[in-house]
Amino acid sequence: MTTAPAQAGWRFKQPSVIPGFGLTLGFSLAYLTLIILIPLSGLVWRSASLGWTEFWAIATDRRTLNALEISFGTAFIAAAVNVVFGTLVAWVLVRYRFPGRRIVDAMVDLPFALPTAVAGIALTTLYAPNGWIGKLLLPLGIKVAYTPLGIVIALIFIGLPFVVRTVQPIMEEIDKEVEEAAATLGASRFQIITRVLFPGLAPAIITGFSLAFARGVGEYGSVIFIAGNLPYKSEIAPLLIVIRLEEYNYPAATAIAAIMLALSFVMLLIVNLVQTWSRKRYG
Amino acid sequence: MEVRVANVRKEFERFPALHDVSLDIKSGELIALLGPSGSGKTTLLRLIAGLERPTRGKIFFGDEDASQKSIQERNVGFVFQHYALFRHMTVADNIGFGLKVRHGPSRPPAQEIRRRASELLDLVQLSGLEKRYPAQLSGGQRQRVALARAMAIEPKVLLLDEPFGALDAQVRRELRRWLREIHDRTGHTTVFVTHDQEEALELADRVVVMSQGRIEQVGTADDIYDTPNSPFVYGFIGESNALPVKVENGEIWLADRPIGLAAPHAPEGDATLYFRPHDVELLDGCSGCIAGTVAASRRVAGTRRVELEIGGQRQRVEIELPVGHPAAQKSRVAFRPGRWKLFPAA
Repeated sequence: MTTAPAQAGWRFKQPSVIPGFGLTLGFSLAYLTLIILIPLSGLVWRSASLGWTEFWAIATDRRTLNALEISFGTAFIAAAVNVVFGTLVAWVLVRYRFPGRRIVDAMVDLPFALPTAVAGIALTTLYAPNGWIGKLLLPLGIKVAYTPLGIVIALIFIGLPFVVRTVQPIMEEIDKEVEEAAATLGASRFQIITRVLFPGLAPAIITGFSLAFARGVGEYGSVIFIAGNLPYKSEIAPLLIVIRLEEYNYPAATAIAAIMLALSFVMLLIVNLVQTWSRKRYG
Repeated sequence: MEVRVANVRKEFERFPALHDVSLDIKSGELIALLGPSGSGKTTLLRLIAGLERPTRGKIFFGDEDASQKSIQERNVGFVFQHYALFRHMTVADNIGFGLKVRHGPSRPPAQEIRRRASELLDLVQLSGLEKRYPAQLSGGQRQRVALARAMAIEPKVLLLDEPFGALDAQVRRELRRWLREIHDRTGHTTVFVTHDQEEALELADRVVVMSQGRIEQVGTADDIYDTPNSPFVYGFIGESNALPVKVENGEIWLADRPIGLAAPHAPEGDATLYFRPHDVELLDGCSGCIAGTVAASRRVAGTRRVELEIGGQRQRVEIELPVGHPAAQKSRVAFRPGRWKLFPAA
């Protein structure tokens, strides 16, 4: 990497001669402050009024820990599942031409538009022990609704478009010639996918994963219908926050929210760093 | 390795891209497929590579029928116009890719692959760039890496699809000379596609001129340039003049005058006379010649181009004169084509 030596220390990248750098940067910072930073710092400030010992007590409370574990755990599993099948859906949409492709393509976006509560109710109806799918699964000993498994399914539904829509455009850009080149060099279809295509898609897949994951962690509407919301078992952190709010226990609610915020931020930061690293390598 | 294309036809959704094409390529030959876009030259190259399957006909590598083999089994080196390098791999990994994906005993150990990659980098004059990524290379360097990658698998044939098409003129000329050197040193049977006649004529042992899915002519640069065998080749390669003439009593007539060229075997009637601007003999008087008034005169590099208007229909022809030739000052010039050919009137 001799052409682009790493720059030492912090420095502004030399702006181009086209004017507007100062104005746009100033606007962006003011906008982000107003929309994101002030509400979130208000949250932290509110939870800080608790005092350290009390905050720690709430944070290490069994119920809080379980809720966080369920929220992050199910969001992670759902995002992982979406990465596999979302990439597959994107592949089919990009690579094949079949009747109804446009309709399938449009369908992918539905989870974006549908009120999440509607999705939650629909999924619950399907997966409840007496629902269409739940009825078939029950004899196999699989219970979906009112268990963490149900949460995972709701989050898969919610997160799918994030993966498809981030991977799809990158996949469309893949040059057919690169695959042909690999084939003439003797690579099998499987080797072409694993060694040539997949590494090129990895940054987009990571982005899709992080978006689906972040969405899953914060999801509320669809999950509360299918989760059953049993404390310690299938209660997600956002719901716990709402419960605390309804008890007028604002400090506890903000404390849990602050913990979620910190965890999410750290995870998204890691994903971002992985991405910067891979972008640098592959140009 | 000899390559034989036997009566190959290729259709894309019923639209024929190649009509019954046959071509013999000798072992170690450097051959150019030359033609305008849509002539089927790239299709022919891709058929040899196995990237397309012929609708009819066969392709032989030596005595083996390659048309039944998959791309992977054919063992050809293919270089694309836009390089098609793997951008997430270093230069060394790109070059070693063809060896790394092999299975079992045919796959060399990692160390051997690395050694081979740096050997090939030396050959393409890019030593020391093993660790770079394709994004960090210039266009010319990328194409050299692509060539090294194709040669790493010791291919039976090397196929290049407009290899210099995306590069600027300076780099093109340089790489052209360099490709010739590499070919002479390694001796791979090489086929390359180009629409640049200068490139084809300068670089190739033999040139295959194609048009509309057919081979028009195959021959050395001299054959193609001096004795084109069709109006298309006359028009496509170099410069040429076409004049409507008549054949009567074994003589060629322009309007109502004989021009002093005998055509004893040509059929009587209308025909078109083709000749090159530089292949003319200037005459003083005019008894049996083509004469015209000078309409324009331009200096082109080392020669002077004179445009003449001929006869009542003001047909324009161009001839080339040495700079400083007295005829260029005159208002009327008479000449007779030296090398020429008659084709039936279109």
